[in-house]
Amino acid sequence: MGEINTRVTLCGITLDNPVIPASGTFGYGYEFAELYDINCLGTFSFKGTTRDPRFGNPTPRIAECTAGMINAVGLQNPGVERVIAEELPRLATCFHKPVMANVSGFSVEDYAYTCERLDSEPQVGWLEVNVSCPNVHGGGMSFGTSPEAAAEVTRAVKRVTTKPVIIKLSPNVTDIVAIAGACEEAGADGISLINTMLGMRIDLRTRKPVIANKMGGFSGAAIFPVAVRMVYQVAHAVKIPVVGMGGVSTAEDVIEMMLAGATAVEVGAANLIDPFASKRIVEDLPAVMKKYGITKLEDIIGGVL
Amino acid sequence: MKQGIFTIQSNVALTDSVMKMVMVGDTSAVTAPGQFVNIKLEGLFLRRPISICDYDDTTLTILYKVVGKGTAKMAEMGSGETLDVLSGLGNGYDLTLSGKSPVLLGGGVGVPPLYRLAKDLIAAGKEVSVVLGFNTAAEIFYEEEFRALGATVTVTTVDGSRGIKGFVTDALAEIDYTYFYTCGPEPMLKAIYKTATTSGATQL
Repeated sequence: MGEINTRVTLCGITLDNPVIPASGTFGYGYEFAELYDINCLGTFSFKGTTRDPRFGNPTPRIAECTAGMINAVGLQNPGVERVIAEELPRLATCFHKPVMANVSGFSVEDYAYTCERLDSEPQVGWLEVNVSCPNVHGGGMSFGTSPEAAAEVTRAVKRVTTKPVIIKLSPNVTDIVAIAGACEEAGADGISLINTMLGMRIDLRTRKPVIANKMGGFSGAAIFPVAVRMVYQVAHAVKIPVVGMGGVSTAEDVIEMMLAGATAVEVGAANLIDPFASKRIVEDLPAVMKKYGITKLEDIIGGVL
Repeated sequence: MKQGIFTIQSNVALTDSVMKMVMVGDTSAVTAPGQFVNIKLEGLFLRRPISICDYDDTTLTILYKVVGKGTAKMAEMGSGETLDVLSGLGNGYDLTLSGKSPVLLGGGVGVPPLYRLAKDLIAAGKEVSVVLGFNTAAEIFYEEEFRALGATVTVTTVDGSRGIKGFVTDALAEIDYTYFYTCGPEPMLKAIYKTATTSGATQL
C-alpha cells in the first residue's frame, strides 16, 4: 500500500483533508485557534454572515435531545462590514488557508450584496450560501424550500461573484433532489447538505416549548442516517461536488459520507460538545483509512456499491 | 480554556436542592472569579455549564442546583468518580472596577461565583458587602461562609422567613457602595440595573 493521501479537491481548490467545521459551530475560527493550530483542518465555514448585524433570537436557544440538540440562535453575527474589517484580519493571524464564507440573507438582494462583498476578500476560497432563511418578501417561506427560489438566489449570487458558490440546502423539504438540480442548473458550483432538521421540545413542568423561539434546528449524531441518505440522493443526481454534513462526529462518519457521494465533509454539533472534535477527526482519519484499505481518500467519493 | 479529567473529592447537599462538589484536577486555566466550567455527563449530549464558586492550585468547588437530568446525574456521583471538564471558560469579573466598597448581590443559585469574588476583593483590601437573596429560609446556603471571609452579609427572603422580606434590591438602599457585582436570574438583574446608583457588572 502506498502513502496515505487525505487530499480532496473542492471546486478547484485542494484541501489537505476533507474535514471542515460547519458554520455556526466554529465562530470566525480564531477562538478555536487558542486551543489548537486550526491549520490542521481542510478549511472551516465561518459563522453565517448577513448584510446587517443581528442580535439573534431570545434565550433559551438550545435544547438537549437524545444524541443531539436543537438550536435557534437566529444567525447572530456582526454583519458583513465588521466581518471584513475585524473578523477576517483577526483570522489571518492564525489561519493560512482559504476559508469558506457562509452567507445568509432575507431577500435575493441581501444574498447578492453580502456575497459580492466577501467575494473580493482574498482569504475567502468558497461562498457557502445558506438558503434555509425565510424570504421576508416572499411570505416568510424559506428560499430553500422551492426550486425556483433557490435557483433565483443562486443566479443572483453567481452574477456578482467570481469564486465557487456552494448552495447549502435545508432537509425540511419534500424533494431535495429537485432543489439541488435547480441550483445546479442556475450555475451553482457545489451543493452542501444537510442543514439542521426542524425540531421542538416541550418542558413537562412549564408545558412551554424549551426554546424561546418554539422551534429550532435539530442536529447531532441522531440525524446522521438522514444526512447520509440525502447526500447519496443528491450526489447521484447532480454533477457538481457535494459537501456532506449532518451528525458527523468520527473519522468513520467522514468516510461513510464520502462513500455516499460527498467530496468534503462538514462537522457541526460535535464541535459544540468537544472543542477538539474536528482536530481529532483529522488525526484519526489516516488510521481509519488504513483499516478499510483506503490509500487515496479521493478515490472513494461516491463509492457506495 | 482547558479540557481535563477531574476526580470528585466530595459531593454533599447544602439544602434540599443545592449541592456542593469539590473536584481535583488541573485548574491552571481558571484565572478569574465568575468563570465557569462545562461538564460532560454520560448519556447526555450537551455539556452542563456551572459557575465556579472557588478554586486553588488543585481543586475546583462548584455549587449547583438540581433542576434537570444533568444536575440529577451529578448529584448521584460520589468521591473517586471522574468528570470530563472544560475549565477556564468566560471572562469573569473585573476586580479593578470595584472602588473601595463594592456590593455583591446574588440571587439563589447565582450566589456561588460571588464567593471567590468576595474572597479576592477582601484580599485586595476592599470593604465588601454581600446581599444574598433566596425565596425562603430553607433555601439559604453559604451565609456563614461569606461572613467567615470578612464580608458584611445581608440576607433577603421573598417570604420573609429570614432576614429582610423581599428581594436583594430591598436591601440595597441601606448599603453604601462604590460599585456592584451581581449574578442571578434575569428579572433580578433588571431590577438591580434600575435600582443601583452606581455602575456594575452582571452575569446571567
